[in-house]
Amino acid sequence: MAKLGELARLIRSKNAGPFVLTFDIMFEKDQDFERVRRSGVLSADAFARLYGLDARIVRYFECPNARAFKLSIPRPVFQGDLGDADMHGGQQYAPLIALDVP
Amino acid sequence: MQEITFVAATGALGAGVHEPSLEASLAYKPDFIASDAGSTDAGPFYLGAGRAAFAREAVKRDMDVVLRAARKARIPVLIGSVGTAGSDTHVDWMMAIVREIISEHDWSLKVAVIKSEQNSDYLADLLARDRIRALDPAPAIDEGVLRRSRVVGMMGVEPLQDAIRAGADVVIAGRCSDPALYAAIPIMHGFPEGLAWHAGKAAECGTLVCETMGKGVIVGVVRHDELILRPIGEGLRCTPQSVAAHGLYENGDPYLHKECSGTLDLSQCVYEQLDETAVRVTGSQFHRAETYTVKLEGAEQVGFQTIMVGGVRDPYILRQLDSWLGLINGYIANKVEELLGVKLGDGVHTLKMHVYGKDAVMGALERDTAHVPLEVGIVVEATAPTQAVATSIAKLCRQPLLHAPIPEWKGAITGYACLHNPAEIERGPVYRFSLNHVAAPERKTEMFRTELVTVGEGEGREAA
Repeated sequence: MAKLGELARLIRSKNAGPFVLTFDIMFEKDQDFERVRRSGVLSADAFARLYGLDARIVRYFECPNARAFKLSIPRPVFQGDLGDADMHGGQQYAPLIALDVP
Repeated sequence: MQEITFVAATGALGAGVHEPSLEASLAYKPDFIASDAGSTDAGPFYLGAGRAAFAREAVKRDMDVVLRAARKARIPVLIGSVGTAGSDTHVDWMMAIVREIISEHDWSLKVAVIKSEQNSDYLADLLARDRIRALDPAPAIDEGVLRRSRVVGMMGVEPLQDAIRAGADVVIAGRCSDPALYAAIPIMHGFPEGLAWHAGKAAECGTLVCETMGKGVIVGVVRHDELILRPIGEGLRCTPQSVAAHGLYENGDPYLHKECSGTLDLSQCVYEQLDETAVRVTGSQFHRAETYTVKLEGAEQVGFQTIMVGGVRDPYILRQLDSWLGLINGYIANKVEELLGVKLGDGVHTLKMHVYGKDAVMGALERDTAHVPLEVGIVVEATAPTQAVATSIAKLCRQPLLHAPIPEWKGAITGYACLHNPAEIERGPVYRFSLNHVAAPERKTEMFRTELVTVGEGEGREAA
Protein backbone atom coordinates (compact mmCIF):
# COMPACT_ATOMS: atom_id res chain seq x y z
CA MET A 1 0.00 0.00 0.00
CA ALA A 2 1.22 3.50 -0.85
CA LYS A 3 -0.27 6.96 -0.77
CA LEU A 4 -1.10 8.57 -4.13
CA GLY A 5 0.96 11.58 -3.05
CA GLU A 6 4.07 9.37 -2.65
CA LEU A 7 3.69 7.77 -6.07
CA ALA A 8 2.86 10.89 -8.08
CA ARG A 9 5.36 13.33 -9.52
CA LEU A 10 2.76 16.06 -9.24
CA ILE A 11 -0.81 16.38 -8.03
CA ARG A 12 -2.38 19.74 -8.88
CA SER A 13 -5.65 21.56 -9.30
CA LYS A 14 -6.27 24.61 -11.47
CA ASN A 15 -8.95 26.65 -13.17
CA ALA A 16 -9.79 25.49 -16.67
CA GLY A 17 -11.40 28.82 -17.45
CA PRO A 18 -13.55 30.56 -14.81
CA PHE A 19 -16.21 27.82 -14.68
CA VAL A 20 -14.35 24.51 -14.55
CA LEU A 21 -11.92 23.13 -12.00
CA THR A 22 -9.45 20.53 -13.22
CA PHE A 23 -7.21 18.09 -11.36
CA ASP A 24 -4.06 16.49 -12.81
CA ILE A 25 -2.26 13.53 -11.25
CA MET A 26 1.05 12.90 -13.01
CA PHE A 27 3.69 10.17 -12.72
CA GLU A 28 7.38 9.86 -13.46
CA LYS A 29 7.34 6.16 -14.25
CA ASP A 30 5.02 4.11 -16.45
CA GLN A 31 4.84 1.44 -13.75
CA ASP A 32 3.43 3.88 -11.19
CA PHE A 33 0.88 5.19 -13.68
CA GLU A 34 -0.13 1.63 -14.55
CA ARG A 35 -0.27 0.62 -10.88
CA VAL A 36 -2.74 3.41 -10.13
CA ARG A 37 -4.71 2.71 -13.31
CA ARG A 38 -5.02 -0.98 -12.45
CA SER A 39 -5.92 -0.27 -8.82
CA GLY A 40 -9.05 1.64 -9.80
CA VAL A 41 -8.61 4.11 -6.93
CA LEU A 42 -9.00 6.94 -9.43
CA SER A 43 -12.33 7.12 -11.25
CA ALA A 44 -15.25 9.49 -11.55
CA ASP A 45 -17.02 7.57 -8.78
CA ALA A 46 -14.02 7.50 -6.44
CA PHE A 47 -13.43 11.21 -6.95
CA ALA A 48 -17.10 12.00 -6.34
CA ARG A 49 -16.99 10.08 -3.06
CA LEU A 50 -13.80 11.84 -1.98
CA TYR A 51 -15.22 15.33 -2.62
CA GLY A 52 -18.86 14.66 -1.79
CA LEU A 53 -20.08 15.21 -5.35
CA ASP A 54 -22.50 13.58 -7.77
CA ALA A 55 -20.37 11.32 -10.02
CA ARG A 56 -22.33 12.47 -13.07
CA ILE A 57 -20.64 15.89 -12.97
CA VAL A 58 -17.11 14.39 -12.82
CA ARG A 59 -15.19 13.90 -16.08
CA TYR A 60 -12.35 11.38 -15.84
CA PHE A 61 -9.50 10.94 -18.34
CA GLU A 62 -6.53 8.60 -18.60
CA CYS A 63 -3.61 10.08 -20.53
CA PRO A 64 -0.94 7.37 -20.98
CA ASN A 65 1.46 9.44 -23.12
CA ALA A 66 1.56 12.06 -20.38
CA ARG A 67 1.53 9.36 -17.66
CA ALA A 68 -1.30 11.31 -16.14
CA PHE A 69 -4.90 11.22 -14.98
CA LYS A 70 -7.20 14.18 -15.29
CA LEU A 71 -10.49 14.88 -13.55
CA SER A 72 -12.64 17.93 -14.24
CA ILE A 73 -15.71 19.27 -12.46
CA PRO A 74 -17.86 22.37 -12.73
CA ARG A 75 -16.60 24.89 -10.18
CA PRO A 76 -18.77 24.80 -7.00
CA VAL A 77 -18.48 28.60 -7.02
CA PHE A 78 -17.49 30.33 -10.27
CA GLN A 79 -14.01 31.89 -10.21
CA GLY A 80 -14.00 35.18 -8.31
CA ASP A 81 -17.73 35.13 -7.62
CA LEU A 82 -18.97 35.87 -4.10
CA GLY A 83 -17.92 33.00 -1.86
CA ASP A 84 -15.03 31.81 -4.04
CA ALA A 85 -11.89 31.64 -1.93
CA ASP A 86 -9.46 30.11 -4.44
CA MET A 87 -9.11 32.49 -7.38
CA HIS A 88 -6.78 30.20 -9.34
CA GLY A 89 -8.30 26.93 -8.14
CA GLY A 90 -4.82 25.86 -7.10
CA GLN A 91 -5.51 24.49 -3.60
CA GLN A 92 -8.28 21.95 -4.13
CA TYR A 93 -6.22 18.77 -4.59
CA ALA A 94 -5.25 17.99 -0.98
CA PRO A 95 -7.76 15.14 -0.41
CA LEU A 96 -6.17 13.20 -3.31
CA ILE A 97 -2.75 13.05 -1.63
CA ALA A 98 -3.79 10.56 1.06
CA LEU A 99 -5.61 8.11 -1.24
CA ASP A 100 -4.38 4.56 -0.58
CA VAL A 101 -3.09 2.73 -3.66
CA PRO A 102 -2.79 -1.06 -3.34
CA MET B 1 7.57 27.06 -48.21
CA GLN B 2 8.96 24.15 -46.18
CA GLU B 3 8.40 25.38 -42.65
CA ILE B 4 7.42 28.27 -40.40
CA THR B 5 9.55 28.99 -37.36
CA PHE B 6 8.37 31.11 -34.46
CA VAL B 7 9.54 32.17 -31.04
CA ALA B 8 7.25 32.18 -28.00
CA ALA B 9 8.88 34.96 -26.00
CA THR B 10 7.16 34.30 -22.67
CA GLY B 11 4.05 32.71 -21.23
CA ALA B 12 2.67 36.15 -20.40
CA LEU B 13 3.98 39.54 -21.43
CA GLY B 14 4.88 41.24 -18.16
CA ALA B 15 5.91 38.02 -16.41
CA GLY B 16 9.45 38.45 -17.74
CA VAL B 17 11.14 37.80 -21.10
CA HIS B 18 14.60 36.26 -20.83
CA GLU B 19 16.55 38.49 -23.16
CA PRO B 20 19.68 36.32 -23.70
CA SER B 21 17.48 33.36 -24.70
CA LEU B 22 15.39 35.50 -27.02
CA GLU B 23 18.59 36.81 -28.65
CA ALA B 24 19.89 33.26 -29.02
CA SER B 25 16.63 32.09 -30.58
CA LEU B 26 17.13 34.47 -33.52
CA ALA B 27 19.80 32.05 -34.81
CA TYR B 28 16.90 29.75 -35.77
CA LYS B 29 15.73 32.44 -38.24
CA PRO B 30 12.19 32.79 -36.88
CA ASP B 31 9.39 34.12 -39.08
CA PHE B 32 7.66 35.84 -36.16
CA ILE B 33 7.67 36.34 -32.39
CA ALA B 34 4.51 36.14 -30.32
CA SER B 35 3.25 36.23 -26.75
CA ASP B 36 -0.05 36.51 -25.01
CA ALA B 37 -0.49 39.18 -22.37
CA GLY B 38 -3.59 38.10 -20.56
CA SER B 39 -5.91 35.45 -19.21
CA THR B 40 -9.07 35.08 -17.16
CA ASP B 41 -6.90 33.41 -14.55
CA ALA B 42 -6.24 36.70 -12.79
CA GLY B 43 -9.98 36.97 -12.03
CA PRO B 44 -13.00 39.01 -13.16
CA PHE B 45 -11.83 42.32 -11.67
CA TYR B 46 -9.43 43.12 -14.51
CA LEU B 47 -12.02 42.75 -17.25
CA GLY B 48 -14.72 44.43 -15.19
CA ALA B 49 -12.64 47.39 -14.07
CA GLY B 50 -10.49 47.72 -17.21
CA ARG B 51 -7.28 47.37 -15.25
CA ALA B 52 -4.12 45.33 -15.84
CA ALA B 53 -2.83 42.56 -13.57
CA PHE B 54 0.84 43.14 -14.40
CA ALA B 55 2.73 46.31 -13.52
CA ARG B 56 2.98 48.75 -16.45
CA GLU B 57 6.77 48.86 -16.02
CA ALA B 58 7.01 45.07 -16.37
CA VAL B 59 4.88 45.02 -19.52
CA LYS B 60 6.82 47.88 -21.06
CA ARG B 61 10.14 46.23 -20.31
CA ASP B 62 9.05 42.93 -21.88
CA MET B 63 7.56 44.64 -24.92
CA ASP B 64 10.76 46.62 -25.39
CA VAL B 65 12.86 43.43 -25.33
CA VAL B 66 10.52 41.68 -27.80
CA LEU B 67 10.37 44.63 -30.20
CA ARG B 68 14.15 45.07 -30.21
CA ALA B 69 14.62 41.40 -31.10
CA ALA B 70 11.98 41.62 -33.81
CA ARG B 71 13.53 44.77 -35.31
CA LYS B 72 16.91 43.05 -35.40
CA ALA B 73 15.42 40.06 -37.25
CA ARG B 74 12.97 42.19 -39.31
CA ILE B 75 10.02 39.98 -38.39
CA PRO B 76 6.51 40.72 -37.12
CA VAL B 77 5.38 40.54 -33.49
CA LEU B 78 1.94 39.39 -32.38
CA ILE B 79 0.71 40.20 -28.88
CA GLY B 80 -2.74 39.07 -27.79
CA SER B 81 -5.10 39.58 -24.86
CA VAL B 82 -3.23 42.77 -24.07
CA GLY B 83 -3.53 44.44 -20.70
CA THR B 84 -4.79 41.17 -19.10
CA ALA B 85 -8.38 41.13 -20.38
CA GLY B 86 -8.16 42.59 -23.88
CA SER B 87 -11.00 45.11 -23.60
CA ASP B 88 -10.77 48.38 -25.56
CA THR B 89 -9.46 50.13 -22.44
CA HIS B 90 -6.71 47.51 -22.19
CA VAL B 91 -5.83 47.88 -25.88
CA ASP B 92 -5.53 51.67 -25.49
CA TRP B 93 -3.36 51.16 -22.39
CA MET B 94 -1.07 48.81 -24.34
CA MET B 95 -0.92 51.10 -27.37
CA ALA B 96 0.29 53.95 -25.16
CA ILE B 97 3.14 51.69 -24.05
CA VAL B 98 3.92 50.66 -27.64
CA ARG B 99 3.97 54.31 -28.75
CA GLU B 100 6.39 55.19 -25.94
CA ILE B 101 8.77 52.39 -26.91
CA ILE B 102 8.67 53.22 -30.62
CA SER B 103 9.31 56.88 -29.89
CA GLU B 104 12.19 56.07 -27.51
CA HIS B 105 13.90 54.05 -30.26
CA ASP B 106 13.00 56.50 -33.02
CA TRP B 107 11.45 53.71 -35.09
CA SER B 108 8.61 53.88 -37.57
CA LEU B 109 6.39 50.80 -37.39
CA LYS B 110 3.09 49.70 -38.83
CA VAL B 111 0.94 48.62 -35.90
CA ALA B 112 -2.33 46.75 -36.37
CA VAL B 113 -4.67 47.39 -33.46
CA ILE B 114 -7.47 44.84 -33.18
CA LYS B 115 -10.28 45.58 -30.76
CA SER B 116 -12.50 42.86 -29.39
CA GLU B 117 -14.86 44.57 -26.93
CA GLN B 118 -18.49 43.95 -27.83
CA ASN B 119 -21.19 46.54 -28.17
CA SER B 120 -24.19 45.68 -25.96
CA ASP B 121 -26.76 46.46 -28.70
CA TYR B 122 -24.95 44.06 -31.01
CA LEU B 123 -24.95 41.35 -28.31
CA ALA B 124 -28.60 41.96 -27.44
CA ASP B 125 -29.44 41.51 -31.12
CA LEU B 126 -27.46 38.24 -31.30
CA LEU B 127 -29.24 37.03 -28.17
CA ALA B 128 -32.65 37.91 -29.60
CA ARG B 129 -31.79 36.01 -32.78
CA ASP B 130 -30.69 32.96 -30.79
CA ARG B 131 -27.09 33.38 -31.88
CA ILE B 132 -25.64 33.20 -28.33
CA ARG B 133 -25.26 29.74 -26.91
CA ALA B 134 -24.38 28.67 -23.34
CA LEU B 135 -21.39 26.43 -22.69
CA ASP B 136 -21.45 23.99 -19.78
CA PRO B 137 -21.58 25.17 -17.04
CA ALA B 138 -22.75 28.74 -17.62
CA PRO B 139 -24.45 31.42 -15.55
CA ALA B 140 -27.96 32.32 -16.67
CA ILE B 141 -28.03 35.41 -18.89
CA ASP B 142 -30.55 37.83 -20.29
CA GLU B 143 -30.31 41.15 -22.09
CA GLY B 144 -29.81 42.92 -18.75
CA VAL B 145 -26.71 40.87 -17.94
CA LEU B 146 -25.27 41.64 -21.40
CA ARG B 147 -25.91 45.36 -20.95
CA ARG B 148 -24.44 45.47 -17.43
CA SER B 149 -21.30 43.53 -18.35
CA ARG B 150 -18.12 44.50 -20.10
CA VAL B 151 -17.87 41.81 -22.78
CA VAL B 152 -15.01 40.78 -25.04
CA GLY B 153 -15.00 38.26 -27.87
CA MET B 154 -12.06 35.89 -28.11
CA MET B 155 -10.67 36.19 -31.64
CA GLY B 156 -9.26 33.31 -33.63
CA VAL B 157 -6.68 33.38 -36.41
CA GLU B 158 -8.68 35.35 -39.00
CA PRO B 159 -8.29 38.95 -37.73
CA LEU B 160 -4.59 38.26 -37.03
CA GLN B 161 -4.06 36.94 -40.56
CA ASP B 162 -5.75 40.02 -42.05
CA ALA B 163 -3.42 42.23 -40.02
CA ILE B 164 -0.31 40.34 -41.17
CA ARG B 165 -1.48 40.40 -44.80
CA ALA B 166 -1.92 44.15 -44.49
CA GLY B 167 1.79 44.38 -43.64
CA ALA B 168 1.72 44.94 -39.88
CA ASP B 169 5.08 44.95 -38.11
CA VAL B 170 3.29 44.66 -34.79
CA VAL B 171 -0.16 43.25 -34.00
CA ILE B 172 -1.74 44.46 -30.77
CA ALA B 173 -4.79 42.29 -30.30
CA GLY B 174 -7.58 42.54 -27.75
CA ARG B 175 -8.92 39.29 -26.32
CA CYS B 176 -7.46 36.52 -28.40
CA SER B 177 -7.12 32.77 -28.27
CA ASP B 178 -3.53 32.23 -27.07
CA PRO B 179 -2.75 29.42 -29.56
CA ALA B 180 -4.19 31.56 -32.41
CA LEU B 181 -1.24 33.94 -32.05
CA TYR B 182 1.03 31.09 -33.17
CA ALA B 183 -1.37 29.29 -35.52
CA ALA B 184 -2.36 32.33 -37.62
CA ILE B 185 0.72 32.64 -39.83
CA PRO B 186 1.35 28.89 -40.42
CA ILE B 187 -2.32 28.38 -41.37
CA MET B 188 -2.17 31.43 -43.64
CA HIS B 189 0.67 29.73 -45.53
CA GLY B 190 -1.23 26.46 -45.90
CA PHE B 191 0.35 24.38 -43.14
CA PRO B 192 -1.89 21.74 -41.51
CA GLU B 193 -4.27 23.30 -39.02
CA GLY B 194 -3.81 20.54 -36.45
CA LEU B 195 -0.04 21.04 -36.25
CA ALA B 196 -0.36 24.83 -36.34
CA TRP B 197 -2.90 24.98 -33.51
CA HIS B 198 -1.00 22.38 -31.50
CA ALA B 199 2.19 24.41 -31.91
CA GLY B 200 0.36 27.36 -30.38
CA LYS B 201 -1.22 25.31 -27.64
CA ALA B 202 2.17 23.89 -26.64
CA ALA B 203 4.11 27.16 -26.84
CA GLU B 204 1.66 29.70 -25.43
CA CYS B 205 2.72 29.22 -21.82
CA GLY B 206 6.40 29.61 -22.71
CA THR B 207 8.73 27.27 -20.87
CA LEU B 208 5.90 25.69 -18.88
CA VAL B 209 5.94 23.04 -21.64
CA CYS B 210 9.41 21.96 -20.46
CA GLU B 211 10.22 19.26 -17.94
CA THR B 212 10.94 21.98 -15.40
CA MET B 213 10.07 25.54 -16.35
CA GLY B 214 12.77 28.19 -16.20
CA LYS B 215 14.22 31.25 -17.88
CA GLY B 216 14.03 30.91 -21.62
CA VAL B 217 11.94 30.94 -24.79
CA ILE B 218 10.37 28.26 -26.97
CA VAL B 219 11.21 27.91 -30.65
CA GLY B 220 8.47 26.17 -32.61
CA VAL B 221 8.82 24.82 -36.15
CA VAL B 222 5.67 23.90 -38.06
CA ARG B 223 6.18 21.69 -41.11
CA HIS B 224 3.71 19.91 -43.38
CA ASP B 225 4.05 16.64 -41.47
CA GLU B 226 5.45 17.50 -38.06
CA LEU B 227 5.91 20.07 -35.36
CA ILE B 228 9.15 20.64 -33.43
CA LEU B 229 9.33 22.28 -30.02
CA ARG B 230 12.72 23.42 -28.81
CA PRO B 231 13.40 25.34 -25.60
CA ILE B 232 16.22 27.87 -25.55
CA GLY B 233 17.59 28.55 -22.08
CA GLU B 234 19.98 27.04 -19.59
CA GLY B 235 18.91 23.62 -18.34
CA LEU B 236 15.61 23.63 -20.24
CA ARG B 237 14.43 20.43 -21.83
CA CYS B 238 11.25 19.31 -23.56
CA THR B 239 10.41 15.62 -23.29
CA PRO B 240 7.59 13.62 -24.90
CA GLN B 241 5.95 13.47 -21.49
CA SER B 242 6.34 17.18 -20.74
CA VAL B 243 4.81 18.19 -24.08
CA ALA B 244 1.99 15.65 -23.79
CA ALA B 245 1.36 16.72 -20.20
CA HIS B 246 1.15 20.37 -21.17
CA GLY B 247 -2.03 19.54 -23.10
CA LEU B 248 -3.62 18.99 -19.69
CA TYR B 249 -2.69 22.35 -18.21
CA GLU B 250 -5.68 24.62 -17.50
CA ASN B 251 -7.91 22.55 -19.79
CA GLY B 252 -10.98 20.62 -18.75
CA ASP B 253 -10.37 18.07 -21.51
CA PRO B 254 -6.80 16.83 -22.12
CA TYR B 255 -7.36 16.06 -25.80
CA LEU B 256 -10.00 18.38 -27.26
CA HIS B 257 -9.48 22.14 -27.38
CA LYS B 258 -12.21 24.31 -28.79
CA GLU B 259 -11.34 27.26 -31.02
CA CYS B 260 -13.49 29.61 -33.15
CA SER B 261 -13.13 27.61 -36.34
CA GLY B 262 -13.11 24.10 -34.89
CA THR B 263 -11.58 21.73 -32.39
CA LEU B 264 -7.94 20.78 -31.91
CA ASP B 265 -7.75 17.05 -31.27
CA LEU B 266 -4.62 15.72 -29.54
CA SER B 267 -5.89 12.19 -28.97
CA GLN B 268 -3.85 10.67 -31.81
CA CYS B 269 -0.60 12.57 -31.17
CA VAL B 270 2.78 10.90 -31.12
CA TYR B 271 5.56 12.60 -29.17
CA GLU B 272 9.22 11.70 -29.80
CA GLN B 273 12.49 12.98 -28.39
CA LEU B 274 14.25 14.57 -31.37
CA ASP B 275 17.52 15.42 -29.64
CA GLU B 276 18.64 16.29 -26.12
CA THR B 277 16.13 19.13 -25.66
CA ALA B 278 13.64 19.13 -28.55
CA VAL B 279 10.48 17.11 -29.14
CA ARG B 280 8.85 16.12 -32.42
CA VAL B 281 5.05 15.91 -32.56
CA THR B 282 2.92 14.26 -35.21
CA GLY B 283 -0.73 13.29 -35.42
CA SER B 284 -2.30 16.54 -34.20
CA GLN B 285 -5.69 16.95 -35.86
CA PHE B 286 -8.11 19.80 -36.34
CA HIS B 287 -11.81 19.25 -36.93
CA ARG B 288 -13.49 22.19 -38.64
CA ALA B 289 -16.69 23.31 -36.90
CA GLU B 290 -19.89 23.59 -38.91
CA THR B 291 -20.64 26.93 -37.30
CA TYR B 292 -17.99 29.55 -36.64
CA THR B 293 -18.32 30.70 -33.03
CA VAL B 294 -16.61 33.32 -30.91
CA LYS B 295 -16.20 32.72 -27.18
CA LEU B 296 -17.56 35.55 -25.07
CA GLU B 297 -16.12 36.67 -21.75
CA GLY B 298 -18.00 39.13 -19.60
CA ALA B 299 -17.58 40.69 -16.20
CA GLU B 300 -20.39 42.35 -14.28
CA GLN B 301 -20.11 44.44 -11.14
CA VAL B 302 -21.53 42.63 -8.12
CA GLY B 303 -21.31 45.58 -5.76
CA PHE B 304 -18.79 47.09 -3.39
CA GLN B 305 -16.98 45.18 -0.72
CA THR B 306 -15.59 45.85 2.74
CA ILE B 307 -13.65 43.20 4.65
CA MET B 308 -12.27 42.67 8.14
CA VAL B 309 -9.47 40.24 9.04
CA GLY B 310 -9.00 38.64 12.43
CA GLY B 311 -8.57 35.38 14.33
CA VAL B 312 -9.64 33.20 17.23
CA ARG B 313 -7.31 31.21 19.53
CA ASP B 314 -9.53 30.30 22.54
CA PRO B 315 -9.97 26.47 22.48
CA TYR B 316 -13.38 26.75 24.16
CA ILE B 317 -14.64 28.98 21.36
CA LEU B 318 -12.97 26.79 18.73
CA ARG B 319 -14.67 23.59 19.93
CA GLN B 320 -18.06 25.26 19.41
CA LEU B 321 -17.05 27.50 16.52
CA ASP B 322 -20.02 26.79 14.26
CA SER B 323 -22.63 27.50 16.92
CA TRP B 324 -20.72 30.56 18.15
CA LEU B 325 -20.56 31.96 14.60
CA GLY B 326 -24.22 31.05 14.09
CA LEU B 327 -25.14 33.15 17.12
CA ILE B 328 -22.98 36.03 15.84
CA ASN B 329 -24.37 35.89 12.30
CA GLY B 330 -27.93 35.96 13.63
CA TYR B 331 -27.15 38.94 15.82
CA ILE B 332 -25.51 40.80 12.91
CA ALA B 333 -28.42 40.08 10.56
CA ASN B 334 -30.86 41.58 13.09
CA LYS B 335 -28.70 44.66 13.63
CA VAL B 336 -28.29 45.21 9.86
CA GLU B 337 -32.03 44.97 9.35
CA GLU B 338 -32.77 47.23 12.32
CA LEU B 339 -30.21 49.94 11.52
CA LEU B 340 -29.74 49.79 7.73
CA GLY B 341 -33.18 48.55 6.77
CA VAL B 342 -31.84 45.81 4.51
CA LYS B 343 -31.84 42.03 4.70
CA LEU B 344 -28.57 40.13 4.40
CA GLY B 345 -28.83 37.48 1.71
CA ASP B 346 -31.41 39.45 -0.30
CA GLY B 347 -29.30 39.04 -3.43
CA VAL B 348 -27.46 42.37 -3.22
CA HIS B 349 -26.45 42.59 0.45
CA THR B 350 -24.33 39.64 1.51
CA LEU B 351 -22.13 38.74 4.43
CA LYS B 352 -19.66 35.87 4.21
CA MET B 353 -17.23 34.70 6.88
CA HIS B 354 -14.26 32.81 5.46
CA VAL B 355 -12.95 30.67 8.33
CA TYR B 356 -9.28 29.89 7.65
CA GLY B 357 -8.08 26.86 9.58
CA LYS B 358 -11.45 25.20 9.15
CA ASP B 359 -12.77 25.16 5.58
CA ALA B 360 -12.09 28.55 3.96
CA VAL B 361 -9.86 27.26 1.16
CA MET B 362 -12.04 24.41 -0.08
CA GLY B 363 -15.48 25.56 1.05
CA ALA B 364 -18.16 23.19 -0.20
CA LEU B 365 -15.51 20.68 -1.33
CA GLU B 366 -14.04 20.31 2.19
CA ARG B 367 -14.95 17.01 3.87
CA ASP B 368 -12.51 17.08 6.77
CA THR B 369 -14.24 19.47 9.18
CA ALA B 370 -14.38 17.37 12.36
CA HIS B 371 -11.07 18.40 13.94
CA VAL B 372 -10.72 21.36 16.31
CA PRO B 373 -8.02 23.68 14.95
CA LEU B 374 -5.37 25.41 17.09
CA GLU B 375 -6.52 28.76 15.79
CA VAL B 376 -8.62 30.07 12.94
CA GLY B 377 -8.48 33.20 10.84
CA ILE B 378 -11.82 34.78 10.04
CA VAL B 379 -12.18 37.08 7.06
CA VAL B 380 -15.47 38.92 7.23
CA GLU B 381 -16.61 39.97 3.77
CA ALA B 382 -19.55 42.37 3.35
CA THR B 383 -20.90 43.17 -0.12
CA ALA B 384 -23.51 45.82 -0.89
CA PRO B 385 -24.63 48.14 -3.71
CA THR B 386 -22.60 51.02 -2.27
CA GLN B 387 -19.27 51.18 -0.49
CA ALA B 388 -20.84 53.06 2.41
CA VAL B 389 -23.40 50.33 3.09
CA ALA B 390 -20.80 47.56 2.73
CA THR B 391 -18.64 49.36 5.29
CA SER B 392 -21.57 49.85 7.66
CA ILE B 393 -22.31 46.12 7.51
CA ALA B 394 -18.65 45.32 8.25
CA LYS B 395 -18.63 47.76 11.15
CA LEU B 396 -21.74 46.09 12.58
CA CYS B 397 -19.82 42.78 12.62
CA ARG B 398 -17.04 43.90 14.93
CA GLN B 399 -18.83 44.16 18.28
CA PRO B 400 -20.68 40.81 17.98
CA LEU B 401 -17.43 39.05 16.99
CA LEU B 402 -15.54 40.66 19.84
CA HIS B 403 -18.03 40.02 22.60
CA ALA B 404 -20.38 37.13 21.77
CA PRO B 405 -20.43 34.97 24.93
CA ILE B 406 -19.79 31.24 25.37
CA PRO B 407 -21.14 29.25 28.35
CA GLU B 408 -17.67 28.34 29.67
CA TRP B 409 -16.76 31.93 30.62
CA LYS B 410 -18.66 34.14 33.03
CA GLY B 411 -18.27 37.85 32.38
CA ALA B 412 -17.28 39.91 29.32
CA ILE B 413 -14.98 38.21 26.81
CA THR B 414 -13.11 39.48 23.75
CA GLY B 415 -13.12 36.55 21.38
CA TYR B 416 -11.84 37.96 18.08
CA ALA B 417 -8.35 39.33 17.43
CA CYS B 418 -8.52 42.13 14.84
CA LEU B 419 -5.48 42.33 12.56
CA HIS B 420 -5.84 45.96 11.53
CA ASN B 421 -6.90 49.33 12.79
CA PRO B 422 -9.28 50.45 11.47
CA ALA B 423 -10.52 46.88 11.41
CA GLU B 424 -12.46 47.29 8.19
CA ILE B 425 -10.81 47.54 4.76
CA GLU B 426 -12.69 49.00 1.80
CA ARG B 427 -12.02 46.91 -1.32
CA GLY B 428 -13.95 49.03 -3.82
CA PRO B 429 -16.01 47.53 -6.64
CA VAL B 430 -16.06 43.76 -7.08
CA TYR B 431 -17.01 41.80 -10.19
CA ARG B 432 -18.09 38.37 -11.33
CA PHE B 433 -17.64 36.53 -14.62
CA SER B 434 -21.09 36.76 -16.14
CA LEU B 435 -20.72 34.79 -19.37
CA ASN B 436 -19.55 31.37 -20.43
CA HIS B 437 -21.11 31.52 -23.86
CA VAL B 438 -20.26 31.54 -27.53
CA ALA B 439 -21.65 33.85 -30.19
CA ALA B 440 -22.27 32.85 -33.80
CA PRO B 441 -21.54 35.97 -35.85
CA GLU B 442 -22.80 36.35 -39.44
CA ARG B 443 -19.24 36.95 -40.68
CA LYS B 444 -16.01 35.65 -39.12
CA THR B 445 -14.47 39.05 -38.53
CA GLU B 446 -17.52 41.21 -37.76
CA MET B 447 -16.87 41.12 -34.01
CA PHE B 448 -13.37 42.59 -34.36
CA ARG B 449 -12.27 46.03 -35.50
CA THR B 450 -8.81 46.52 -36.97
CA GLU B 451 -6.98 49.76 -37.50
CA LEU B 452 -3.57 49.95 -39.13
CA VAL B 453 -1.53 52.76 -37.65
CA THR B 454 1.92 53.96 -38.60
CA VAL B 455 3.64 54.90 -35.37
CA GLY B 456 6.76 57.02 -35.51
CA GLU B 457 8.11 58.94 -38.48
CA GLY B 458 5.38 59.71 -41.06
CA GLU B 459 2.52 58.84 -38.66
CA GLY B 460 -0.79 58.03 -40.24
CA ARG B 461 -3.55 55.50 -40.27
CA GLU B 462 -5.63 53.48 -42.64
CA ALA B 463 -8.44 51.03 -42.10
CA ALA B 464 -7.28 47.45 -42.58
